[in-house]
Amino acid sequence: MAVHVKARSGGLQRRERYLAYGMMAPAAVLLILFLIVPFVMAFGLSFTNQSLVPPLETVVDETTGETVQRQKPPTVIGFENYQNLLRIHIFTVEPLVDEQTGEVLRDETGGIQYERARTYLRPERLEELFQIDLFGTRYLVGAGDASFYRSLLNIFQFVIIVVPVQTSLALFLAILVNQKIRGANFFRTIYFSPVVTAMAIVAVLWFFLYNPSDGLINNFLKVFNIGPFQWLEHPASALIAIIIMSIWQGVGFQMVIYLAGLQEISEDLYEAASIDGANRLQQFRFVTLPSLRNTTLFVAISTTILAFKLFVQVDVMTFGRGGPENATITPILHMVNEGFRSAQRVGYAAAIAVVFVLIVLAISLIQRRVLSYGDH
Amino acid sequence: MATTLEYAQSSEARALERRAWIRKVVFYTLDYGLMIFLALFFLFPIVVMVVSSVKPDDIITADMRSLNAFIPREFTTANFSCPDYQSPGSLCSPRPGENPGLFERLPFGKIFFNTIFVTTSIVVGGLLINSMAAYALARLDWPGRRIVLTIIIALIIIPFESIAVPLLLIVRELPWLTGPNWLNTYHVQIIPFMADAFSIFLFYQFFIGIPKDFDEAARVDGASGFTIYRRIIVPLSRPVFATVAILQFLAYWGAYLWPLMATASGGFDIQPLPVAMQVFFGQAPRQWGDVMAFASLATVPVLIVFLLFQKWFVQSVASAGVKG
Repeated sequence: MAVHVKARSGGLQRRERYLAYGMMAPAAVLLILFLIVPFVMAFGLSFTNQSLVPPLETVVDETTGETVQRQKPPTVIGFENYQNLLRIHIFTVEPLVDEQTGEVLRDETGGIQYERARTYLRPERLEELFQIDLFGTRYLVGAGDASFYRSLLNIFQFVIIVVPVQTSLALFLAILVNQKIRGANFFRTIYFSPVVTAMAIVAVLWFFLYNPSDGLINNFLKVFNIGPFQWLEHPASALIAIIIMSIWQGVGFQMVIYLAGLQEISEDLYEAASIDGANRLQQFRFVTLPSLRNTTLFVAISTTILAFKLFVQVDVMTFGRGGPENATITPILHMVNEGFRSAQRVGYAAAIAVVFVLIVLAISLIQRRVLSYGDH
Repeated sequence: MATTLEYAQSSEARALERRAWIRKVVFYTLDYGLMIFLALFFLFPIVVMVVSSVKPDDIITADMRSLNAFIPREFTTANFSCPDYQSPGSLCSPRPGENPGLFERLPFGKIFFNTIFVTTSIVVGGLLINSMAAYALARLDWPGRRIVLTIIIALIIIPFESIAVPLLLIVRELPWLTGPNWLNTYHVQIIPFMADAFSIFLFYQFFIGIPKDFDEAARVDGASGFTIYRRIIVPLSRPVFATVAILQFLAYWGAYLWPLMATASGGFDIQPLPVAMQVFFGQAPRQWGDVMAFASLATVPVLIVFLLFQKWFVQSVASAGVKG
């Protein structure tokens, strides 16, 4: 009898195992084929000179002796993509000297005239990143890919502004609509509504609103004697313009996450605090904020990762160029342009993707450490 | 004496009461004032978009100088459709041949359908595939279960952007029944995104919390594993199905990078709204009326769906934060 039961349960177990494999299979196959394989490929491709459309080469067919055209297979080039991507060189720029007198040449305003950056950069096949005067010497920083460094600078600026502003605005909005007053739900709905719009669609809309000469935003600011700003047309304001519209579209999402966090805080805590004589501000400081610790951790990290991926609005609003003067270029936009649009250098784009993933991973690990500091 | 004291007390109480009342009025005025100001900030682009879409093309930009930006002072449907724009007596286009509407310039209905079809397929297919995987992980006993779960949680952090280019090389080589490869098709926009690690994780979290007694009872009644999934687990898990559906919808409804790459040469026959918008926006002549008509038609239907199911939307996003 016991043997019989055991055999049956063994059969059941085997059936359960087959069922599990069967139910797991579709997701597993798709995740392997469309996530794990391309992720591994990204690493592999970054060490090759693979291009989107391989160039043709003429070879002699060994069996027939005829010349045929075929696609040139990609070759492994080691770290060359990474070298070109990350290479940086600092030059000391020499002043121009009069050949007869040996005196330093000066322009009309008395400024020292320097050699042109091109003379330093061209032989090394570098692009100018920036020039800087330090202690009377002019330095020139050249990079193998100046656009990439510019995109890193831009994205760090973007993240450093967007994450704190969007996170605190989200918390502020959540506190507003969490009040037990009439119309709170109505306002919650309005603040959330941009989240359900498609970014590429509303990017066009904001492009229209940002028009420097007759856009609504400049006309509105004129009422308060502010502006006019060039918004997307000027390197100093283009990223700010992208930041404002990104926060407009995204903040409702984080607001709702904070709202859920707020509603989990027990009323008793606030009651106890007010018995102890805490005013509203103190209640916020000593009850609300500490209780929202985990929510803030989640919101800050997820907003950071989202912000690093900045692409759609920039691509639409600057017509894929990340302009003006690279002021809004981002790592993803640079990757798409390099790998898919102009140069179609897939291997190089893969190297950008790998560096991007490493940076995002490092930042979110550091953030987790810092923000959960003091947790036990 | 007593009456004077009583009088003094009550007047003091009244003064206190009045001060409290004034403070309350000031607080609520500021409170509502602030909320209304913020509401205007979040609403004004959408209002301008819808109002501009029903205005004649030549007054849209000029109206941005005043509050007319928010008032449809002249109404027209010409931005959407102007079928007789080429004839001299055209009612919607003053200069013959110059101002076709949105529907004359591109097959908007087809593009809208493309987006709806692709998004719905990802959501529905994803619900099935991901919930089945989560069921196997949460409620069936098999060797390797723990390691597979760990791998899936690790996969959540891979940003799609980093695999886009290699994925393009893969779909370019993959065979398909009706074509040489997967480029410029519906399935290239659907199949790679149906399985989703975060969705599996959300389902897993929910399924693991359902008491085992439910299965045991069903097993005694002779139900097999798949029947338990279909008859017991799925009906008990409606909230998490709604959550996953809405999160996936929000993620893919505005999908841009992948369709841009995978349907680049497919034209409007296959492209979704965001990509078509980018193409349309870059086309000369840029008529803001047509652009606003496009943007309104792409945005307003989803806003209506959101308003109808807003409680679900808000709950879904909230639970993504709590679980994540």
